[in-house]
Amino acid sequence: MSAVAGHALSLQGVAKRYGDFTAVQGATLEVGNGEFLTLLGPSGSGKTTILMMIAGFVEPSAGRILLDGRDITALPPERRDFGMVFQGYALFPHMTVAENVAFPLRVRRMSRGDREAKVRAALDLVQLDRFADRRPAQLSGGQQQRVALARALVFDPALLLLDEPLSALDKKLRAELQEELKALHRRVGRTFINVTHDQEEALSLSDRIAILNHGNVVQVGSPEGLYERPATRFVADFLGKSNFIEGEAAPDAGGMALRRGGTVVLARGTAPAGKALLSLRPEKIALLPGGGVEDNVVEGRIAAWSYLGTGYAVTVATQDLGELRVHLPAWRIPVAPSEGLAVRLGWSRDAAVAVAEDAA
Amino acid sequence: MNPRGRHALGWWALIMPAFLLMTAFYVAPILQVLAISVTEPQPGLGNYERLFTSESVQRVIGTTLRIGFITTVISLLLGYVLAYRIALAGPRAQRWWLLAVLVPLWISVLVRAFAWVTLLRRQGLVNEGLLAAGVIEEPLALVWNELGIVIGMVHYMVPYAVLPMLSAMREIDPRVLAAARGLGASRAGAFLRVFLPLSLPGVIAAGVLVFIFSLGFYITPAILGGGKTLMAAEWIKLQILDLIRWGLGAMLATMLVVAILATLAVFSRLVNLRRLFGAGG
Repeated sequence: MSAVAGHALSLQGVAKRYGDFTAVQGATLEVGNGEFLTLLGPSGSGKTTILMMIAGFVEPSAGRILLDGRDITALPPERRDFGMVFQGYALFPHMTVAENVAFPLRVRRMSRGDREAKVRAALDLVQLDRFADRRPAQLSGGQQQRVALARALVFDPALLLLDEPLSALDKKLRAELQEELKALHRRVGRTFINVTHDQEEALSLSDRIAILNHGNVVQVGSPEGLYERPATRFVADFLGKSNFIEGEAAPDAGGMALRRGGTVVLARGTAPAGKALLSLRPEKIALLPGGGVEDNVVEGRIAAWSYLGTGYAVTVATQDLGELRVHLPAWRIPVAPSEGLAVRLGWSRDAAVAVAEDAA
Repeated sequence: MNPRGRHALGWWALIMPAFLLMTAFYVAPILQVLAISVTEPQPGLGNYERLFTSESVQRVIGTTLRIGFITTVISLLLGYVLAYRIALAGPRAQRWWLLAVLVPLWISVLVRAFAWVTLLRRQGLVNEGLLAAGVIEEPLALVWNELGIVIGMVHYMVPYAVLPMLSAMREIDPRVLAAARGLGASRAGAFLRVFLPLSLPGVIAAGVLVFIFSLGFYITPAILGGGKTLMAAEWIKLQILDLIRWGLGAMLATMLVVAILATLAVFSRLVNLRRLFGAGG
């Protein structure tokens, strides 16, 4: 596979309405050259519709799609030259692995010699050269997925579109193929656009993630950026887990102070005086030993707990902040958790971040 | 006897009445026909010799194969278009289409054959219409010849062609077609390289079904052929009932059964007929 650079894609106010139902409302998104972008959202958030509009299978009701500045909104799918890995792979059951991979080249009328070389290179790329003469039905799920990848990459497409590529696989295999997919992206250096509802997959694979909800692009950013600084309650809740603390905010020397009942929670950032919402990740809360000090200290009783192997998920009932979910590393927990046990929770000022309430 | 064996015996007991009925009223007469073909008028293979010596026997076989073949090809073409249209229609429309395909099956063959005669004869609707429109000067010979037989038989066979092809087309994953388009194939390319090959087992099954039916067709060729074009079934009837040449008629009947079994044997190697004719598994 030659080291041709990828291409940049730009969505400008792309919308899709089906009668009264709006699947996507004016999505605007820039996908950079060689980037791995993931569209992440719950089912019905419009992520697949956006991908289908990029692929050309669904015609936008409004807006434009540009590839390297050229308007491709009206082009049919076969003239866009995008590679695509379909949900469930959609391999051609009547063709061998090699014939499947050769398909995009055949319809482009490439000569037999060039075709064979390309197919061999593509099968090498996904380590399936030994399976060239098998039929898809004779392959495992992971192997079928790799055939779909080879078939989508063999013709040096401008973009690679992935529609829930790993959703049909079991958990262990999924983790393996995530690594492979990431390595493949690095090797071919092409622009990848991936659709998934699996937040772990999105975090581990992507250069950037676009989070969708109700047909809107809610926030776009790097995985760390989104996880550490979610803009809204939805983003904080969908990407990982979060506690939410609502209260009256006021500026304070080190950032902001949020008052709820008799408790004041210190957080970074600034907030206009008035109602505010904080997101606090469960793993950023620690169990303080007697006499331990932190920016924020709250007392409570354990309401529920469960052991997860890597740690304990503990729910602590507090007087002013309600129930707080806490994730504690198993090997560092200072007490044996039990229901009703009185504990002191502590977290630093940097742990909590102000988020916006979701637009109704 | 172990419980499993007793279980199997129970099943056999259930099948037994049907098995006996089939043997007594179906298999036995067929064997008798086979026997007549080598015993009448005198024992020996004299009747089968006619296959190679008698021009009239050869002409009947030729006509039967030719009409069967033409009917099969036309029925497959029409049936494929119909099945394709039905397979791509929405679930509601699909039900109406299927009904439209199946309704003719509920009307008697005899009624349909006579209906075609009224339409196609010299003073029929088609000829009168074309004459009135000034398209033709002389009425066309549309019936009481091979053309008439083919028209009537195609009309009868199209539903039998549609059903196996439709069942094959319904098994095609629509995402596979989208994948073909997404990977650069035009609409026509996706059809030719993906849809057509995937529907081919259904086409073969439909072809076998229609061809076998056509070989033994009796009523439609008898009425629409007007006694001038003879197909195997009518010829057999002629030998046995009119000319009282039982041996000759039985010989051709046997050949018909052999031809049908041979066709099935060849194609069952090519495709899984059991599955296509709805036996499941």
